[in-house]
Amino acid sequence: MSLLLPESGLLFWMILSFGTVVFILAKYGFPVIVKMVEDRKNYIDESLLIAKQAYEQMEKLKADGEAIVDQARREQVKILNDATKTRDLLINDAKEKAQLEGHKLIEEAKKQIMIEKEDAIRDIRRQVAELSVDIAEKVLRGKLEKKEEQMDMINRLLDEINISKS
Amino acid sequence: MRRLKKILLVLVLLISVCGLNTYANEPAAKIETKKEFNVREFILEHISDSYVWHITKIGDHEISIPLPVIVYSQLSGWHVFMATEIMEGETKDGLFIAPEGKYKGKIVEADSLGNETRPFDISITKNVFALLFSSLLLILIVMAVARSYKKKPMESKKGFVGFMEMFIMNINDDVIKPCVGKDYKKYAPYLLTVFFFVFINNTLGLIPIFPGGANLTGNIAITFVLALITFLIVNISGSKEYWREILWPDVPLWLKAPIPLMPVIEMVGVFTKPFALMIRLFANMLAGHSIVLGLTALIFVTVKMGPVMNTSMTVLSFLFSIFIGFVEILVAYIQAYIFTMLSAVFIGLARVEPHHKKEIEDANH
Repeated sequence: MSLLLPESGLLFWMILSFGTVVFILAKYGFPVIVKMVEDRKNYIDESLLIAKQAYEQMEKLKADGEAIVDQARREQVKILNDATKTRDLLINDAKEKAQLEGHKLIEEAKKQIMIEKEDAIRDIRRQVAELSVDIAEKVLRGKLEKKEEQMDMINRLLDEINISKS
Repeated sequence: MRRLKKILLVLVLLISVCGLNTYANEPAAKIETKKEFNVREFILEHISDSYVWHITKIGDHEISIPLPVIVYSQLSGWHVFMATEIMEGETKDGLFIAPEGKYKGKIVEADSLGNETRPFDISITKNVFALLFSSLLLILIVMAVARSYKKKPMESKKGFVGFMEMFIMNINDDVIKPCVGKDYKKYAPYLLTVFFFVFINNTLGLIPIFPGGANLTGNIAITFVLALITFLIVNISGSKEYWREILWPDVPLWLKAPIPLMPVIEMVGVFTKPFALMIRLFANMLAGHSIVLGLTALIFVTVKMGPVMNTSMTVLSFLFSIFIGFVEILVAYIQAYIFTMLSAVFIGLARVEPHHKKEIEDANH
């Protein structure tokens, strides 16, 4: 059957034209396309990688910044706390000192008062003594107008001294 | 659905019965009217080559595109003329188209003894024209796509170029890469060219109007050249291991030593692989064209059976033709795909590396 026998003319043209097609397309056609597509694919992959890295870096920077802010906030809280403590301490100190001082003053005042009081008592006492001496003088003068009486008195006094001496 | 099937069955039975009738009546009819419609001739004429591109016939006037005849005769040298000059049984420079016999439908010349001999015929026939046209079209398409990449390399492509990119990369990445394996880049350009060459010719063959419609990939010369090139590439790039597996396969010694049984079988295998490639593509495309033509012929065959039969058959033929058309689009792709994939697989198999070196060494000791 003629269908199963290759025709020489068609064979000739087929070899010629298919050869040309293969030569042109296998040299300038498909390799160029495939290479370009693969280059583009690599480029896209690289770009994605770079973008991912950049994103990661940004995330890291952001995290760093947040950490710094966080630390600063903690520091601030700490400083405020310290300040409060110091203030309280100072106030307490001052209070204590004031109290102490107050006590001292009060003590001193008390002492002064005591001294004054003693002075005053002593004064009163002296005055009373003077007064009583004066009064006793006057009484004695009134009583010892007579001589015997004076002698009695001297004797008695002497006795008394003696008694107290012995 | 069941009713439809019943109707179809009845119709098919009717056709076969009527077909038998026409066959039985044929000799008588042929005598009566010379222009009896002959399905076999009709189909064969359409799927085989011819010197003119016949388009249609209006009344008695044939409309066809004249193609040049290029013939080298050992008796009278080169002849170049338009095929229309010898179409109607005329003779030019001793050349004529053989009405019947061994060279029926081909240009022949009568030698001194009156025997018909065939000159070296490289005429631009219908198939050659379709071949040149599709080759040019393929080159234009692929080069246009390649140029688009050269112009703007790092841009994502849209439209036709994007479609071609998807198509090319699909074949490259999903067929050639896994089938050939390592070093696939060396073979990818050829395999891609084969794929698109077969695909464009299959597809153009489905288009019934002028530049398409030639039964090119259903012609054995075309598939023969394609299979031959694959055969050459496979065997030239065959590794040492490939030849060792053919000439000294890993089988018991008696299968290969006194009578080289296995080597002979393997050797046959080397030739059957490309042969199967050639026949597969050829037979598939030929069958596809024949089915479409057969369905169309149904309309003309049933003209004699009255208007009711003819109308129903026309509708049926039309519906089946649409269905077969879709199937053929699928086949056009599948056959190109299979041809490329099997070529890639054969190349991959020819580049085997000794995967069980140790076993061989053990066996030898």
